Amino acid sequence: MKSNQNKSAVNAGPNEFLLGVTTFFPLVFAATPIGLLFGALAAQKGMSPLEVLLMGSFVFAGGSQFLALDLWADPLPWLTIAFSTFLINLRHVLMSASLAPKLGHWTTLQRYLGFFILADEVWALSEQRAMKQHTTFSFYLGVGLTLFITWQVATVAGSLIGAVMGDPSRYGLDFAFTALFICLVMGFWQGRKTGVVLAASGLAAVLTHKFVPGAWYIIAGAIVGVIAAAIQYDDNPNGLKNSAEALQS
Amino acid sequence: MTSEIFAVDPLVLFTILVMAAGTYLTRIAGLVLTKFVTFSGRTEAALQAVPPAILMSVVAPTAFATGIAETAATAITAVAALRFPMLAAMTIGVVSVVVLRMALAVI
Repeated sequence: MKSNQNKSAVNAGPNEFLLGVTTFFPLVFAATPIGLLFGALAAQKGMSPLEVLLMGSFVFAGGSQFLALDLWADPLPWLTIAFSTFLINLRHVLMSASLAPKLGHWTTLQRYLGFFILADEVWALSEQRAMKQHTTFSFYLGVGLTLFITWQVATVAGSLIGAVMGDPSRYGLDFAFTALFICLVMGFWQGRKTGVVLAASGLAAVLTHKFVPGAWYIIAGAIVGVIAAAIQYDDNPNGLKNSAEALQS
Repeated sequence: MTSEIFAVDPLVLFTILVMAAGTYLTRIAGLVLTKFVTFSGRTEAALQAVPPAILMSVVAPTAFATGIAETAATAITAVAALRFPMLAAMTIGVVSVVVLRMALAVI
């Protein structure tokens, strides 16, 4: 992958794990109210706390869990729910393909078990880490398990205490993950080409969100952004051409 | 009460498992894909654009098509992210969205 990446990262010790936990820690305060809200809404839809825990543990994807709740009805439209959540989760294909080459020395088992908890925030923080060095399994687990435990505790608590806490938008907490992603976007800035990718993605996402119902906007914006990057790819960047000529002479 | 807490409807469990299977499939698809396909040149450049493109797509409707408060808070967060650590920039973003929403509600 990128030449500036340090390939010497190993899955060393508790320090990497602790770093993952502390990297995620501030987000506990953003994830908790959202989990409480999910639990409260799920209880209103008639889900038991154990069912909430099972969904959180097996699916572990906040966006698709909220979407499922939105579609929840009696009788349960399980096929519609399964298909809609699959669509909203299609972005994970691009996420895992992007992150896979940036992992440190992960065993095959670690890859296939670890990616079970590849939620958006876990992926985003792992990508951010990968800008400095390969993401180790310990770091990934530190981030992922912290979110996993937070999410299960918060959603089950929410389903037990119900609608006590009220609407998180009152405290601006609905904006917390937007703010996180904006911060992370700024970190991926690599010049004008990134700007074109962001403009293309943003425009495509807004337009799709406006005119197409459902969760298509994320995958549409992602694909348009990726196409924008492919179009901008310079087969013979000046730097490379010069060094190639220098080698030949 | 205890029975209500631990109640699991078979159809609910089935739905959860189907959702879980679909989600897991999307999460490991990239692992399988990158095992058989090596990316280079243009496709590698395309793949490198995935993180910013997805993050942008997730936030775009909230950031640019919800309201003036959200769009202004997005701009403030972006500028803050250039100057401050992530947690501080996030806090600035959340506080500014609350203040802007209140201010706009008054007007």
